[in-house]
Amino acid sequence: MKTVTKKILALTGNEAAAYAMKQINPDVVAAYPITPASEIVQIFSKYVSDGVVDTEFVPVESEHSAISVCVGASAAGARIMTATASQGLALMHEILYIAASLRLPIVMVVGNRALSAPINIHCDHSDTMGSRDSGWIQMYCENADEVYHTLIAAVKIAETANLPCMVTMDGFIVTHGMENVEVLEDGEVQEFVGKRNPLYSVLDIENPITIGPLDLYDYYFEHKRSQLEGVLNAKKIIPAVIDEYNKKFDKNIPSFVEEYRTEDAEIVIVAMSSAAGTLKEVVDIEREKGEKIGLLRLKVFRPFPHEILREKLKNVKVLGVMDRAETFSTMGGPVSIEVKAALYPLEKRPLLQDFIFGLGGREFTLENALEVVDILKKIKKEEKVSEEFIYIGIKE
Amino acid sequence: MKRVLSLKELSERTNGLAPGHRACAGCPFPSIVRMVLGSSDYPVVVANATGCMEVVTTIFPYTAWSVPWIHSAFENAGATVSGVESAFKALKRKGVIPEDKKINFIAFGGDGGTYDIGFQSLSGAIERGHNFLYVLYDNQAYMNTGVQRSSATPYGAHTTTSPAGKRIPGKMQHRKDITEIVAAHGIPYVAQASPSHWADLVKKVRRALEIEGPKFIAVISPCVPGWGYDESESIELTRLAVETCFWPLYEVDHGVYKVNYRPREKLPVKVWLEKQARFKHLLDKPELIDEIQKKVDEKWERLLRLDGQKIF
Repeated sequence: MKTVTKKILALTGNEAAAYAMKQINPDVVAAYPITPASEIVQIFSKYVSDGVVDTEFVPVESEHSAISVCVGASAAGARIMTATASQGLALMHEILYIAASLRLPIVMVVGNRALSAPINIHCDHSDTMGSRDSGWIQMYCENADEVYHTLIAAVKIAETANLPCMVTMDGFIVTHGMENVEVLEDGEVQEFVGKRNPLYSVLDIENPITIGPLDLYDYYFEHKRSQLEGVLNAKKIIPAVIDEYNKKFDKNIPSFVEEYRTEDAEIVIVAMSSAAGTLKEVVDIEREKGEKIGLLRLKVFRPFPHEILREKLKNVKVLGVMDRAETFSTMGGPVSIEVKAALYPLEKRPLLQDFIFGLGGREFTLENALEVVDILKKIKKEEKVSEEFIYIGIKE
Repeated sequence: MKRVLSLKELSERTNGLAPGHRACAGCPFPSIVRMVLGSSDYPVVVANATGCMEVVTTIFPYTAWSVPWIHSAFENAGATVSGVESAFKALKRKGVIPEDKKINFIAFGGDGGTYDIGFQSLSGAIERGHNFLYVLYDNQAYMNTGVQRSSATPYGAHTTTSPAGKRIPGKMQHRKDITEIVAAHGIPYVAQASPSHWADLVKKVRRALEIEGPKFIAVISPCVPGWGYDESESIELTRLAVETCFWPLYEVDHGVYKVNYRPREKLPVKVWLEKQARFKHLLDKPELIDEIQKKVDEKWERLLRLDGQKIF
């Protein structure tokens, strides 16, 4: 039997992310710490000041400039990381598309927080859901340990796929909550991420290239199609890198989805991020009572793992989908809409109920989770869904 | 390093931007770009804001740039060049790039991408002290998109969003003084130049490139369709802008002001205005021309005082 000595640290999600960044030792980190404040940047700048990393830290004047610096630096062939949340991510919006379209690997940590107005600093997914079609890979983590490991893997994923990648965690719930994080040795991290081998660099004087030219109707369409090819390719790279990571470090971090007691389940709840923790507890309670219920945690939202969902959910009778963001489409949250689309080709589709919860940091309690299960059991019994979406935990 | 280049020397160093770009006939900025790139003794990497220059020098699969070039968006040339320069520093520190490798980083932006939408990005980049030269080519409106007013548009000028109408005679605000605003950041080198005075322009670029840290040079760049004049007169218009002191040639080198050219006889600004269709509605409104002249005089006298020169 292999003996692995494991080092466990008590870290918040922010600290875990900053710790991973320290061990990755990126070439350039550009970040704006506010809108709302991301502690990751503060912790990381201390590493810079103490000489623990030899990263070029660029403390910019806005998130728009943060991501613009990342674009310039990544085009120069360097390894790049940044961190943001909420309004800051919204301010980056324009350049997110440019980073992805120029096929520039950049790894960004996001503490998921609500968008204004009203101004709020607490958790929901409206920020990253707003950038879901920007061409970035999006990985939503459940806890601090998963953030740490996913972030290290994300560097390799982004640089192999030549795509930027967001690694997200729930604001406050995970960013500020302290948990056990099993960390690797610095050398192990360095060995895993290796060196970046850029395809092109704007610093290559001998082979000058033009990056970001005007591109009209005669080529733009083909470039978008080839960008999609890159994303399709990422669908192979993500599980390959995560598998390699898990094998190498004896871990079990999920790549696209995590299944929790879904074997023979007639009711399955699809959820993302930290809410999965509460829902796993409810699944245990219900399983005790003999209910065939399970949880499928969706970790990667972009690219969307529709093939996996279609396969895993094809025999489920009732599906509950948890959405921590609104679309204002009047047909529910973003996750439910995508899950519905993924299951559409099935001949026999499960009954599906969307739940909107936790906007602006409203706590998602065990009682709320039990209410979700009660509604799903009722749907199973009555064999019909009567509401397009249900707001859970809202004051009437 | 000698700061002055002969015309012959300069003519042998202008291959950074190839012919075959699609700038309008008479547009002076290709010449400005060639002079700027030709002034560098080391390899150059260019970052470009969205605008005329980006549009006419590239269209996939073609490019007029024979130096590495990056364009990201309209308002972020300052941040983009910061990123490239930071990566260069980091990769040197980590031994990926040899320690003695020299590259000059140059950002080009028009007035929209500099005075207006790109102002914050530029201000942040120079405050952080990145080692780069920012060259503004100032054609005084959003020319690429159809001559909309910018904060660089002069008082009284007709643009498509400050049209000279029955009630309002063009733009009713004076232009922002970007050179002074950049100088107020306290960066090592700030200058104003004109393609009419090419030797001065080249000297300024070469002086700027000697200095470690952020540098800024504003270059006047007339726009044939936007200003409304004969395409053969671009350089003449920049000369008149200098001779009327509408566009003084000066520099602020480590905080020290120097007026580089003092016209023997300062021409009235009307001489410059009346050559351009964008001001033609002002010609029968002497009070508006007086207002422009007043502002030109104020600024010119202030500059002379800063340089310690006698005003009269």
